[in-house]
Amino acid sequence: MQDKVLTAVPTFADPAAARPAEDAGAAGPAHAAARRTLRAQIALLESELAQAFVTAFEMRIGSLPGADAASPHRGTPRLLDLGELEQVRDELAGRLTDARALLAAATDEQAGKRELLARMQLEPGRHRFTRISCRELGEPGCGVWHVRPRLGLVGMLMGWWQVKLSSGCPLAGGRGRRRMPSRS
Amino acid sequence: MSGSEVSVGPRRGTIDPTVAAELPGLRLDWLTVTVRRGSAVAASGPELAARLRTLSDRYRGATVIAMRTHPIPRAYRTFYRQIGLDPDVDRIPSEQAATARLLQGGFASADLLSDACLVAVVETGVPVWALDASAVDPAPPGLGIGLAGAGAGAGAGGGGGAGAGTGEGSLVIRDRRVVHAALFGMPLAGEPGPSTTAVTLYSLGVPGVPQIHIEEALWCAAELLSSAQGR
Repeated sequence: MQDKVLTAVPTFADPAAARPAEDAGAAGPAHAAARRTLRAQIALLESELAQAFVTAFEMRIGSLPGADAASPHRGTPRLLDLGELEQVRDELAGRLTDARALLAAATDEQAGKRELLARMQLEPGRHRFTRISCRELGEPGCGVWHVRPRLGLVGMLMGWWQVKLSSGCPLAGGRGRRRMPSRS
Repeated sequence: MSGSEVSVGPRRGTIDPTVAAELPGLRLDWLTVTVRRGSAVAASGPELAARLRTLSDRYRGATVIAMRTHPIPRAYRTFYRQIGLDPDVDRIPSEQAATARLLQGGFASADLLSDACLVAVVETGVPVWALDASAVDPAPPGLGIGLAGAGAGAGAGGGGGAGAGTGEGSLVIRDRRVVHAALFGMPLAGEPGPSTTAVTLYSLGVPGVPQIHIEEALWCAAELLSSAQGR
């Protein structure tokens, strides 16, 4: 899809020649049609980028590449010429490609972790002290899957291993102040 | 009516032919609401404050993240890209309100007019802005969208000085004489004040936003203004 988007509109050597307000002339309708096509492509790319953004959030991926690469300067609303529209389109296409690559890598990594978790549960003795956090699995919460010996040292000596899921996120305010016994 | 009323139904703003040809589907609707002197910038009543609290409860982090995939915010985000704005820098109004809600822990009440516009954008996703009606020339073509530097001066004085985002060739909200604001920008001048007795509300629609939402946003803000006058 990406290649198709990027090659659908020819690049014009002189973007200034394609300014919307200067469309009078033979090239006018052709440029106008090219700008319409570019706007449609921008709409499609924006939609797909938004979807990738939400997917990244659902998969607990920190942030997508390019999400913080937005121009720090506030823009001016204006009619963009062909060159500017191409620039917007290319930038979005680049960001979408990067986002998809990151999502694919994260998907593979999470699938690997899930597979490891399944193996840990089947044979805990072969994965002693292995830890996998819920975040690494792309799941909500702060829990951690951990292979630990049953009954502490006894379990270590006897080879009794188990997979335990720790109990979620720590309290924001700690456990609270410990109540001191009154002296009276 | 208690000294206030919605004077006319929403009027369709004029769009400069160049802009209309280039950006079909862009539209501006506006209407004028008469208000009691000083009431537009007075504090909101308890009902409106309660409504803002109720609306605050609708928002969670995940809701705000997913907003950009919903049809109306997506339409505005797309349009922003198409006119040279980056919606991750210049946030679209509904996302701006939602982000502020997350950062502040709730929708902060400012004054009656701001709160009415805020409720409208939160309820419908369509932004509404307000101008002092005395600063708007109602004569044809009335309020509309055009290009800066094509006949109107910037600001209420019409002096021609360009304000933020209203440089030569930029898209602006204007009437016959004066540029009032950059497209999707806050008014440069002519904002309602203590002496305002009529408010012009306007809203912008882009391709993908149904007309009914634009009208609903205007009516929502207008009714909140009107109902508050009866207190």
